[in-house]
Amino acid sequence: MRKKWMDSAKVKPSEITPHDQYLSRRAVLAGGLGLAAAQTLGGFMRPAAGQSAGQTAALTYVRNAAFSVKDAPNSYADITTYNNYYEFGTDKSDPSENAQKFRARPWSVAVSGEAEVTGNFTLEDILKPHPLEERVYRLRCVEAWSMVIPWVGFPLGDLLKRFKPTAKAKFVEFKTLLDPKQMPGQRSGVLEWPYVEGLRMDEAMHPLALIAVGLYGKSLPNQNGAPLRLIVPWKYGFKGIKAIVSIKFVERAPRTTWAGSAVNEYGFYANVNPQVDHPRWSQATERHIGASAFGPRQPTLPFNGYGADVASLYTGMDLRKNF
Amino acid sequence: MQWLRWVVKPLVFLACLFPATRLGIGALNAVQGWHVAGISLGADPVKVMLHTCGRWTLNFLMITLCMTPLRDVTRSFLWLRLRRMFGLFAFFYVVLHFSVYLLLDQSGKLTALWQDIVKRPYITLGMLGLLLLIPLAVTSTAKAQRRLGRRWTQLHRLVYLIAILGVWHFWWQVKKDIREPLLYACGLTLLLGYRLWKQRQAAARRISAAHLARPDAA
Repeated sequence: MRKKWMDSAKVKPSEITPHDQYLSRRAVLAGGLGLAAAQTLGGFMRPAAGQSAGQTAALTYVRNAAFSVKDAPNSYADITTYNNYYEFGTDKSDPSENAQKFRARPWSVAVSGEAEVTGNFTLEDILKPHPLEERVYRLRCVEAWSMVIPWVGFPLGDLLKRFKPTAKAKFVEFKTLLDPKQMPGQRSGVLEWPYVEGLRMDEAMHPLALIAVGLYGKSLPNQNGAPLRLIVPWKYGFKGIKAIVSIKFVERAPRTTWAGSAVNEYGFYANVNPQVDHPRWSQATERHIGASAFGPRQPTLPFNGYGADVASLYTGMDLRKNF
Repeated sequence: MQWLRWVVKPLVFLACLFPATRLGIGALNAVQGWHVAGISLGADPVKVMLHTCGRWTLNFLMITLCMTPLRDVTRSFLWLRLRRMFGLFAFFYVVLHFSVYLLLDQSGKLTALWQDIVKRPYITLGMLGLLLLIPLAVTSTAKAQRRLGRRWTQLHRLVYLIAILGVWHFWWQVKKDIREPLLYACGLTLLLGYRLWKQRQAAARRISAAHLARPDAA
């Protein structure tokens, strides 16, 4: 795969310094010193306030440099306290505040639809065959802010292949857990629940599409979508459905949550596109969280900088119509 | 009225400055990496500053519009002596709101500002509200009030329109969760509804008074 977008990454010195501790820790872990080293260095991890250390566990993984951008990642605190997860509230700080008691284990995923292998799978069944890798991806929110996040996970396509989708499977639909007792946001009617997202099969099979189970070398915190979530780095963040309990292979494009809530504002494809504005705000630029507090916005790149890899999926499509 | 002038007003003034002071300290903390007074504006300081100033603009518009009903209910004219200060604070916060948007969010790019005004209806509404507030702030002095006489009252009725534009601007800006703008809309409906109701009462009284004066006219 060509990696043009990596060369175009501009890193400001100011963005790197806060992350040196992270980088040194990662080097030690990669060096195979294992759990003991991770524990000694645990003090450097500095989990966000209000999160007990017991909730996330260290993961074993290899770093996939070829699939990582060179931009410095955002701090663990930024990633875990500033995010959208309407199941836990509509403010950016709500997920970190309201998701702490969420039970991400035991967990199971229902696989159904146009595939040879269907049924209920425990989380362990789902994860077992897949070696974990770390990929540093850009994340661009439809609200015109962005982050750089070191996910740990495995390619979505590797998972989907295990279920042997049939020729009728043109799309794959994902659903989040529906549990208003645990997810207070689901008691409000702000969106239709459960949250539904979907991809065209060729998008889902693209090597960049990732199932994430971890962040910064540790298992996903609840507020970031534990125990498993989708990451599609060339699309707006809302495509990255969290706490997945259902995977269904279907013939027609599923009715996804945000597109269903305002069809003129959010499309099914939701590819990052600086040329197509949201009806109420511009998508041409983005505020990079964690850059110097009052620095300028940065230009948004087509397909969030992953165009060289994914633009061919959409040849011949009018991306203004299919936004 | 010495206590009003030397005690109440300064205290209210300081209280009104509190949100701006917090933001100021928070902004300094964000730039310098300090933790003064434990104030943090979080991962996106610009957005917090923008939204906080916007909210306080609406809050002060609402507070300003509460003064007349409070006068009627408590039969005290003291409220009206605070009204100008609240109105000017609404102006102060909207200027801050606009400055954060133009200077920090858009890095002072006037072309970006103009494009937003033309292309984004919620920004068009907000800008209109801000512009309409300027003549009210300029004519807020006692001198201007005397000079304009009756026309001053007419001019300052613009505040009703400005408040509607402000709430509308907020409503169109939110992504999906309209609960907060809805709350402002309800409050504003009450405050404006009260004025309509009072006007109709007064009109009814005038008619019955006229009727009493000339019973044969019926």
